[in-house]
Amino acid sequence: MATVKLRDIRKSYGKTEVIKGVDIDIDDGEFVVFVGPSGCGKSTLLRMIAGLEDISDGTLEIDGQRVNDLEPSKRGIAMVFQSYAIFPHMTVRENVAFGLTINKMKKAEKDAKVDDAARILQMEHLMDRRPSELSGGQRQRVAIGRAIVRDPKVFLFDEPLSNLDAALRMDMRMEIGKLHQDLGASMIYVTHDQVEAMTLADKIVVLKDGLVMQAGAPMELYHEPANLFVAGFLGAPSMNFLQVIVEDTGEDWVQVSSKALVSVKVPSKGRTFTKGHNATLGVRPQYLIAASDGQGMLNGKVILTERLGSETVVNLAAGDGSKLIAAIAEDAVLVPGTEMAWTFDPALAHAFPEEV
Amino acid sequence: MASKLTTSNRAGWGFALPGFGLIMLFIVIPFFFAFYLSLTNQRLISPNPTEFVGLSNYDRLLSISVLSIEPETDDAGQVVRDDAGEAQYPRVRTFTRNNPDYPQYAGMREWFRWHWGETAKVVVATDVVFWKSLRNTLMFVLVVAPVQGGLALGLALLINQRLRGINFYRAIYFMPVVVSIVVVSLLFRFIYDGNDGLLNNILGFLSFGFFEGRDWLGSENTALGAIMGMSIWQAVGFHMVIWLSGLQTISPTLYEASSIEGASKWQTFRYVTWPGLRNTAVLVLIVITMQAFALFAQIDVMTRGGPLDSTTTIVFQAVERGYGKQDISGGSAISVILFVLVLTISLIQRFLTRER
Ligand SMILES: Nc1ncnc2c1ncn2[C@@H]1O[C@H](COP(=O)(O)OP(=O)(O)OP(=O)(O)O)[C@@H](O)[C@H]1O
Ligand SMILES: [Mg+2]
Repeated sequence: MATVKLRDIRKSYGKTEVIKGVDIDIDDGEFVVFVGPSGCGKSTLLRMIAGLEDISDGTLEIDGQRVNDLEPSKRGIAMVFQSYAIFPHMTVRENVAFGLTINKMKKAEKDAKVDDAARILQMEHLMDRRPSELSGGQRQRVAIGRAIVRDPKVFLFDEPLSNLDAALRMDMRMEIGKLHQDLGASMIYVTHDQVEAMTLADKIVVLKDGLVMQAGAPMELYHEPANLFVAGFLGAPSMNFLQVIVEDTGEDWVQVSSKALVSVKVPSKGRTFTKGHNATLGVRPQYLIAASDGQGMLNGKVILTERLGSETVVNLAAGDGSKLIAAIAEDAVLVPGTEMAWTFDPALAHAFPEEV
Repeated sequence: MASKLTTSNRAGWGFALPGFGLIMLFIVIPFFFAFYLSLTNQRLISPNPTEFVGLSNYDRLLSISVLSIEPETDDAGQVVRDDAGEAQYPRVRTFTRNNPDYPQYAGMREWFRWHWGETAKVVVATDVVFWKSLRNTLMFVLVVAPVQGGLALGLALLINQRLRGINFYRAIYFMPVVVSIVVVSLLFRFIYDGNDGLLNNILGFLSFGFFEGRDWLGSENTALGAIMGMSIWQAVGFHMVIWLSGLQTISPTLYEASSIEGASKWQTFRYVTWPGLRNTAVLVLIVITMQAFALFAQIDVMTRGGPLDSTTTIVFQAVERGYGKQDISGGSAISVILFVLVLTISLIQRFLTRER
């Protein structure tokens, strides 16, 4: 168990810089999830921590020690890959024991550790099988077992569940969560699945184009996104954005309106707005509700409804043509084509000044 | 999408016909033809009608025995010795020529002998040259298969690195493969030349003139070795490429996983690379073995089987007899024996390297 500290970490392939100065602090025993769109550098960052990629610039510390130039095996990390990376010609037992075998651990001690890992992952009955006789989830379990027996200070996961089907993904997600509780080790987890990020993380790091957009606890990022990107990235369905004009500003509020929207006063959260400039108003689909007569803030025409079981997702066209999404109760029945009035609580909306 | 062309049976056979026909014409039919001819006394050009002679061609080729010869004794029962104290033996031809006591050795000649106490064990065969060709071919296979395969693997491992200019080396190592073996053999006749050959010059230079130079192809002791060396050099690039393709099928994440576990270079080879090359190894081994058994062009160009039959090979003998001596049936019998030999060895190799 250990802390991990990234200071102004950079990575260039030739002339292209893909990680552009990243600072992250990971506390002892913390579960940190890197999320971001494809190609934003999540894997690259993780592989730099693992030692599989050179660090072009900056400092990486694990447990207070600078490890930039240390071999991967000396960093006290274990890694689980998306493609499992288990050895096809070895049995499950041999795979899990691999690191111990090549480090010449005594058989009794080795067996004890391997059996321990097998018990934690509930795969005792699989130990003599070959990888080709395992399902995807079982293979990933083997890979996790191989990581566990190393007793690493930090676990690294690179999209470990992406190759699994939805149901299995949920099971394994819970198991990884439980593993973190049981072992209490620091874990860094890369994913582009925001459900995994929201459920597992103590801290989410949102990356875009090699830069950290925001880092913090899941609910903090969900409720207080620092910028448009984070606001749009987290939450499903993603946040509605309305183009608005700033009408007035106050100490901690900003008043905006548009062709489609009546004038509303929303918290400015320390961001500065200029009267008359464009801005973006964000409202989560869950907060958009059908208005009772005369209370509507905006009109939306129902285009399409999708019943997901737990909720119904309604696609709307606002007065100015922009597309909106509302997530409403599961039993609501709306007929496509209906013009309706909608409303939301301004305190739960987010305003972002136009980016220049 | 199944078009009419790809589902039509007639079109299928039509496409298969040219290849099928050529294989029939030049491989399958000649094979059965050779088998038939080997049971006759057919000559290339002969006024006499062909007769069926059963297995006598095989009998003549394969008959071999060990003759035990006691030293000559004088009237007192003492072993006769020469001035150096060596026991004297009766000549082998006293047993093999017109000796009614030993009809089984009639017509045989000495191949080689060893001593068992005072008794001389003489290996005699009807067709000593054939046995020599068999021995030379097996020697060639036993040396060339492991050395060429191993060397090719070594080169492939070196080449399979991401280094600047590595393609230059790939091309260099592959180049001899593209050159006709006849041309290579002609060139190596100059290299191995006894008077002013390149090899003698280089060895003389490296040993500061101590090396006196020798006629590499003109001596019984070095001729086969020289041809082995050249053959290994010529085809090593081909097998390097096969190994290389095998190496590139191994997933890079397996190497990353093993580096995280702290595997040394050797351990990585032992646990990741080599198991991943299993099927390639079987292929390379079988291909080299078959090619080595077919050794002909080098012999034909460089030594024509000499000196003293020390480089004659099975295929060379088959051709030599069939066309040189017009003994088509004898040549055919040799081909059939070679076929059985190669088939047996391939089956044994398949069995030993089978998937367990
Ligand atoms: N070996 C390389 N050479 C050049 N560019 C590279 C190399 N590896 C990665 N990149 C670039 O670095 C950027 C980040 O890649 P990375 O694999 O870290 O993305 P990612 O966030 O993990 O994406 P994904 O979600 O698709 O896995 C990408 O733009 C990619 O093109
Ligand atoms: Mg990735």
